[in-house]
Amino acid sequence: MKVSTGARLGLRTVALAYVVILLLVPIGVIAYRTFGSGLGAFIASVSTPAAISALDLSLLIVAVVVPLNVVFGVGVALALVRGRFRGRGLLQAVVDLPFALSPVVVGVSLILLWGVGGWFGFLDNYGIKVIFGLPGMVLATIFVTLPFIVREVEPVLHEIGDEQEQAASTLGANAWQTFWRITLPAIRWGLTYGIVLTIARSLGEFGAVIMVSSGFPGVSQTLTLLVHGRYVDDHNTFGAYSAATLLMLVALVTLLAMTVLDRLRKTR
Amino acid sequence: MNTTPMISVAHAHRRFGEFAALDDVSLDIPAGSLTALLGPSGSGKSTLLRAISGLDDLDSGVITIGGRDVTGVTPQKRGIGFVFQHYAAFKHMSVRENVAFGLRIRKRPKAEIIKKVDDLLEIVGLAGFQHRFPAQLSGGQRQRMALARALAVDPEVLLLDEPFGALDAQVRAELRLWLRRLHDEVHVTTVLVTHDQEEALDISDRIAVLNRGRIEQVGTPEELYDHPANTFVMSFLGHVSTVGGHLVRPHDIVLARLAVGERVPTLGDLSTVATVRRVVRLGFEVRVEMVDERTGAEVVAQVTRGELDSLHLLEGDRVVARATRVPDVSLAPAAETAGKTTSPVAVGARSGDVALA
Repeated sequence: MKVSTGARLGLRTVALAYVVILLLVPIGVIAYRTFGSGLGAFIASVSTPAAISALDLSLLIVAVVVPLNVVFGVGVALALVRGRFRGRGLLQAVVDLPFALSPVVVGVSLILLWGVGGWFGFLDNYGIKVIFGLPGMVLATIFVTLPFIVREVEPVLHEIGDEQEQAASTLGANAWQTFWRITLPAIRWGLTYGIVLTIARSLGEFGAVIMVSSGFPGVSQTLTLLVHGRYVDDHNTFGAYSAATLLMLVALVTLLAMTVLDRLRKTR
Repeated sequence: MNTTPMISVAHAHRRFGEFAALDDVSLDIPAGSLTALLGPSGSGKSTLLRAISGLDDLDSGVITIGGRDVTGVTPQKRGIGFVFQHYAAFKHMSVRENVAFGLRIRKRPKAEIIKKVDDLLEIVGLAGFQHRFPAQLSGGQRQRMALARALAVDPEVLLLDEPFGALDAQVRAELRLWLRRLHDEVHVTTVLVTHDQEEALDISDRIAVLNRGRIEQVGTPEELYDHPANTFVMSFLGHVSTVGGHLVRPHDIVLARLAVGERVPTLGDLSTVATVRRVVRLGFEVRVEMVDERTGAEVVAQVTRGELDSLHLLEGDRVVARATRVPDVSLAPAAETAGKTTSPVAVGARSGDVALA
């Protein structure tokens, strides 16, 4: 389709302005406020015991959630694409539920289920603290990040079809060997992208986690809760900006690490 | 040829809903042969091949390979090599890794794998391509790689599912010839699925013609061509035309031009008068398309260029078309299929479509 020069420039300006105002300016403002008082102040602010604990907790949650979601996500994607079973349509719909539900609702439902008086509340009697403990935060994060890997892997599985897997089986590979040698390498791009999205969302999740966390600084605050806590409770705006910048840096590092890893694997 | 079959299928049934893909199919495939399963789409030929490979199951029936009952056995334990129409190349592996796959699964020593892979790549004409990836190969090269990959594990039988179907005509003919030579060298029992009668006639030493989930006839290409069991086999394998109610081969029709005003001679049972509608030169062969004056049906004769030149045939000319050879089948149509639901006569009557397809 031919578009006149004027229209083309106009469209480009609109698109650029949209991205700048909605994405780049907010991020830029935070970075400006963070580093406005020098690098030293930023480092001091993000190396307090509360900040270090929050970073650790966020990374710990990521470390638990990602492997679980990889196993579950790939399994469900395989079942949805290759499986022939009753209830496939239902599973297809249920996988998207976390996209539709507000994270706050997820938090509330987890409290109802796992909290004192909930169906699984009796666990508290055995010293297993789910709500207001790490398990609760992990459960909340799993819930909201559940669809990412499934939805990234599923179309790739569709695209590659099952002939390569059939060929592997005629060459003597069992189901396990076929999965590791054929299916997994074939879906690795989709899986990588799903993992990146899962990590980013796990780091950034706020609504569901704040419902099930006790929120004590230095104990049960994730990075997002730290940003919120410093800003709202402590009125420490600079601290909030610093923590937010740290959060962004962690996400940036993940993204870079993933890119580098995949480069390495490709040039192997 | 060995008398004990390498592959034996007995009373195979397979339904997809209401559709019977295999309807009581029994077939023996001799060791060392190259057998073609030939039939139109939906005839069950691919279903039969996939059942032999174990990639698909049968509803009932027994399959043995090398005397061993493999009916309930998974593909990886059947001792087969399978080649897919769309190559099924492992895209993330190099040519060498592709061909080595089966050997690595079997945990063969590294040196042995490299030697065997290099030897096979030499045989299939891909020497020097070891480090290429499938995306860097042409369709024909990919299919030859897939063949090497299937042969690497020394299969008892080699199963090919329309292996040249995705290739263009010239490459297809080339690979066909090449596969025939390869089979003469390697001697592995080979079953090839195809819908291309020319391919089946060219390459195989036995052909099983399938139609609507049943086997119509099994035999050598010559047997099937010269002594078709019924009109379906006759019209599917090779071209056919109709003269005086008889199904005949177009090259078995002799033409004689009638001069303007010439009296029509007394016609025998095997002759008819027709008007030339179109003359198509296909290199050395010439196809003469005519209309039978009595019945209005289409008659197609195949003559050589020399014959055409001596006849001086033009469109609109009247000719006497005489069949020189009529296979038994047209006198007793559907001898084999009597009692079946299929209607080979009807299929034969539309033979013009098949012949020109």
